[in-house]
Amino acid sequence: MAQFTLPKNSKYTEGKTWPKPAGAANLQEFRIYRWNPDDGANPRIDTYYVDRDDCGPMVLDALLWIKNNVDSTLVFRRSCREGICGSCAMNIMGGNTLACTLGIDDCAAGSIKIYPLPHMPVLKDLVPDLTSFFAQHASIEPWLQTETAEPETEWRQTPEERSKLDGLYECILCACCTTSCPSYWWNGDRFLGPAALLQAYRWLIDSRDENTGERLNNLHDPFRLYRCHTIMNCANTCPKGLNPAKAIAEVKKMMIARVV
Amino acid sequence: MADNRADTRVSMRTPLARVKGLGASGHGVEHWWVHRMTAVSNIPLIISFVIIIAALAASPSYQEAIAIISHPLVAIILILAVISVTNHMRLGMQIVIEDYVHDKGPKIAAVIANNFYAVIVGVACLYAILKVSLGRILA
Repeated sequence: MAQFTLPKNSKYTEGKTWPKPAGAANLQEFRIYRWNPDDGANPRIDTYYVDRDDCGPMVLDALLWIKNNVDSTLVFRRSCREGICGSCAMNIMGGNTLACTLGIDDCAAGSIKIYPLPHMPVLKDLVPDLTSFFAQHASIEPWLQTETAEPETEWRQTPEERSKLDGLYECILCACCTTSCPSYWWNGDRFLGPAALLQAYRWLIDSRDENTGERLNNLHDPFRLYRCHTIMNCANTCPKGLNPAKAIAEVKKMMIARVV
Repeated sequence: MADNRADTRVSMRTPLARVKGLGASGHGVEHWWVHRMTAVSNIPLIISFVIIIAALAASPSYQEAIAIISHPLVAIILILAVISVTNHMRLGMQIVIEDYVHDKGPKIAAVIANNFYAVIVGVACLYAILKVSLGRILA
């Protein structure tokens, strides 16, 4: 059956409360999920206090501040700090988003709670195992496929054809949408998930691609595609403002178009 | 560690091989399409069904109620409603089972039971409608 409660070894406990920074007037509390694969203990929630007067405006700034000033063992992914690499995706105040583009003030909470992306195997602290997520993206073959002899220069598109890729190509594969999807939680081994399906549609709708039928064949499956029940968590949570649910609906329409 | 992978045994298979699994089945579009079509047909049929039930409840006598169901239009609407609703129910319930039941044995058993249930309910309803509406002709 689907997992409705956490397994025994995943139930988290109250962790350590780290000391408040000395002399800080403007404090913000953070409650952060910690789990270490090496100590055999259950996950715990640590409490940290960040000096807002010494810290940047974003949640990622606060995490870096904690790592630099309080607890260097806190583990999380980050790279570009401007919402383009997708590394710092995590669950902040109950929603999946990028720590680098969410302001601490926007959380508007006395205590900001941070967990790893939901329902993925955790490697350590805020770092989920995204191996399967990226393999699913690879499985939709996200590259241009053609049979016609390659042109001397580039494959050409009209401006209208190119505009169909808007709202699709911007995806940064942060996995916020896929890990927010209940269908993916229950059937993540077979359902491709919103991110991979949005990318599948990005290549299905590309006027230059000559493999549309094979791409549709690859998705024609009760689990790969049709586990999507238009729950819309994906569109709600996407930090880039994209709409994977609409892309999936368009794929379903293409499936119908070649039958009816 | 919350682990949603179906198979956590140690394996040397690549992540891509696991994800590709047994390949796309080539099924699903008909299930989806018929589910939508029966959703559409359910709208007029269920409205008519409710009106017919109200008429039956309001009919002054048993004979009158039988006369209502014996009307060809009424009987045909009831038959169509049963076919549409039980099919919609069967398709929808199968989706729920596939969503939430993951162990192979219980899943197959649940899908079979779901199909049996829908067919039994449908056939029982159809038999009842035909018996009542044709009863006067055959008697």
